[in-house]
Amino acid sequence: MDRFIEDKVNKVQVKVGGTEERVNFNDLKSGGFIKQRQKDLFTVRLRCPGGRISTEKLIGISKIARKYSKEGVVHFSFRQSLEILYVDYKDFDSVVRELEEIGVKVASCGPRVRVPTACGGCEYNPNGLTDTQGLAKMVDEKYFGIQCNHKFKVSFSGCPIDCARTKEMDLGFQGVVEPVWYEETCTGCTICAEACKEDAIHSDSDTGKPIYDPMKCIWCGDCIRACPTESWQAKRYGHIVRVGGKHGRHPVEARPVAMFIPDDKVPEVIEKTIEWYNTKGTRGERIATLLERVGIEDYKEFMEGVFNSGSPVREGFK
Amino acid sequence: MNTLDSNEKLDLRGVLCPINFVKTKLKLESMEEGQILEIALDAGEPIQNVPKSIKEEGHKIIEVKKENDHFRLKILKR
Repeated sequence: MDRFIEDKVNKVQVKVGGTEERVNFNDLKSGGFIKQRQKDLFTVRLRCPGGRISTEKLIGISKIARKYSKEGVVHFSFRQSLEILYVDYKDFDSVVRELEEIGVKVASCGPRVRVPTACGGCEYNPNGLTDTQGLAKMVDEKYFGIQCNHKFKVSFSGCPIDCARTKEMDLGFQGVVEPVWYEETCTGCTICAEACKEDAIHSDSDTGKPIYDPMKCIWCGDCIRACPTESWQAKRYGHIVRVGGKHGRHPVEARPVAMFIPDDKVPEVIEKTIEWYNTKGTRGERIATLLERVGIEDYKEFMEGVFNSGSPVREGFK
Repeated sequence: MNTLDSNEKLDLRGVLCPINFVKTKLKLESMEEGQILEIALDAGEPIQNVPKSIKEEGHKIIEVKKENDHFRLKILKR
């Protein structure tokens, strides 16, 4: 029955940031301290944008976790960050200070821009088309914690396999590459037609040369990577932008709103989207609900300036 | 494209991914730069994946021939 008593007494004396304050347990959530079932114990959520941590930091985190987790455990959150479990609220001050010393920050919850998630991206993944890790780091530095009407989740996938699930994000960026074919160097070997998993390339029955169907292409770049003579090349790289996705009790699939948005326009897409969301939305309303209420055209109109840096979404594309 | 003589041959028909690529890679490692390895690869997953990986390793595919349900590739070791 302890749990119920604790739930009622939600104001306690606690040292956070060196000063004695009366802290509201519910407010703590905004700072990345999440109340557990157990009396006085909290989960401390760390900030690991894109799920990447240096081995040096990982050793530091593990030492701190060993010292402060009453059960000696951490948990990988669903958004790629590490969480130290079973931390006593009376230790918050020391935990935060010791984490700061090794350059690790505490994450946040509540109605704000969350830590961005990302796949490995083009740095080391052979399928990767975009620098998802670099972009996640940029978003974390520039936009993390900005107040919104509700939670605001951003993710980056480096290719159409979409491991970072941009279709489930408030705002998602998925890498794409537009292929272009040069006839002069093509030997008609038919590997590209074999390599294409979307049935977008057929081989001419006489010459073996590719017949490309842009309506079926999902811009993964398999043809470019497979071609032995570099006759398929990258015309342009960019991002498919998806908006208004969410999971939870009532999942909604995000809708694609722009294609081939270049890297340098990503910050503007994020800023304008948050501006639209915070201006048009009401407190507690997720962007998916807002889009449902006012219509996606209102959003697209607002975004027109920046979306013009890419291409419109192909009819029927999801 | 001229038909070039190959120094080594590897029949990878029936060999699954990624073992077919690993065998290709090991064979290429045992060869001299400028030599040619000829491999037979099944259609489907092997032909979708192996040429990409060979390219990523820095070698050059200099000839591709389709023979019924499989492909015959010549790879220049680099």
